Amino acid sequence: MWRWLHPYAKSEATFALNQKLLPWFLIPGLLLTLVGVIWGLAYAPPDYQQGESYRIIFVHVPAAIWSMGFYVSMAIAGLIALVWQIRTAEQAVLAIAPVGAVLTFISLFTGAVWGQPMWGTWWVWDARLTSQLILLFLYLGVMALYVAFEDERAGGKAASILALVGVINIPIIHYSVYWWNTLHQQSTITKVITRFESPSIAPEMLWPLVVNIFAFMGLAAALIIMRLNNELLRREIHRPWAQKILNTGDKENSDAV
Amino acid sequence: MNPRRKKRLIMTSGILAGIALATGLVLYALSQNIDLFYTPTEIVEGKGSEKQLPEVGQRLRVGGLVVPGSVTREGSGLSVAFNLIDVGPAEITVEYEGILPDLFREGQGIVAQGTLIAPNRIQASQVLARHDEEYMPPALAEALKGIQHVPPSQWQLEEDDESSDEDQESSGGYYDR
Repeated sequence: MWRWLHPYAKSEATFALNQKLLPWFLIPGLLLTLVGVIWGLAYAPPDYQQGESYRIIFVHVPAAIWSMGFYVSMAIAGLIALVWQIRTAEQAVLAIAPVGAVLTFISLFTGAVWGQPMWGTWWVWDARLTSQLILLFLYLGVMALYVAFEDERAGGKAASILALVGVINIPIIHYSVYWWNTLHQQSTITKVITRFESPSIAPEMLWPLVVNIFAFMGLAAALIIMRLNNELLRREIHRPWAQKILNTGDKENSDAV
Repeated sequence: MNPRRKKRLIMTSGILAGIALATGLVLYALSQNIDLFYTPTEIVEGKGSEKQLPEVGQRLRVGGLVVPGSVTREGSGLSVAFNLIDVGPAEITVEYEGILPDLFREGQGIVAQGTLIAPNRIQASQVLARHDEEYMPPALAEALKGIQHVPPSQWQLEEDDESSDEDQESSGGYYDR
């Protein structure tokens, strides 16, 4: 593990890896978003009960899935930061948190917009909605803890601990609709993985949803990579490798102009 | 793995396991209180292993399926009464005065919040519709469930329903209440 992780303790190596990975997330992310949004919002058939209102699923479900998915990745980065004391992993925690918080907020907001006409209320304190709200507070807490200390390393450590501890909320969010009576319906698509059941959604609605799920992953991952690279450059702005990248970047820009 | 990292890994996973255990125990202890609503069976026969019955006058939520044919309206106002059922045979009567949500219909899952006025009767102050996790286009729903979706632009007044014949009969689905 150490031998595999060790090179990326150096900012320069992480930066180079990120630059290589970025187009593989950004380009498919943008393309799939274009396809998924148009397919889902314009071409997928309406639902038999909810009519057109169900289309919010094409934003709500991908945002909710990845709000949890990126939390797990943030917790893994936190674990690496704590155990192997790798500084770039702390910066990864900081890079992931705001993106995850926005995804969580999107899932809560679209859920409220959908709940108002469908349920008759935009919010109810059931187990699913409450645990998802706690996830938002966990993300905000990680961000706040990071900047709450004078010393950046101390802040990084505290944020990593919170990120790691909060991972307990993830199975609670997913299983809340099975463990307790909730107003929120049970899972339609993630039960394929967690319960080995086939998705309870018609194929012509499922495929645009799957496209959107991968689109959200690509876009969010690309944003996180860009954030991490900015942070790596900012921290080591006076080091030769950063200067070299910044200078060549300037030259490219001036050439283009 | 060097000893220091090993120690940190063991400590971190130990703390994590401890917190997971504590959270698990707390949730287990609270398991009955985290439920959003009682089911009709729980109100009639009691909830949990101790079969605890809710008291008359208690504010609570009940969730279940609207029993087909049980929806009755009083006068021309907004007063409505219907029965809720889960696994049966227990049924709870809900009385409500107000506007029902779009998804309300017979056979639909709903959650009603209100006061228990008799052991099996609730005066509701709020009725919420519960949606299930199934999504399908109208044509498929008609084939599978015999439910026809009528877009809002084609809704017809109830007077029209009575005057017309079979083609209206088949619209006895979602929007026809």
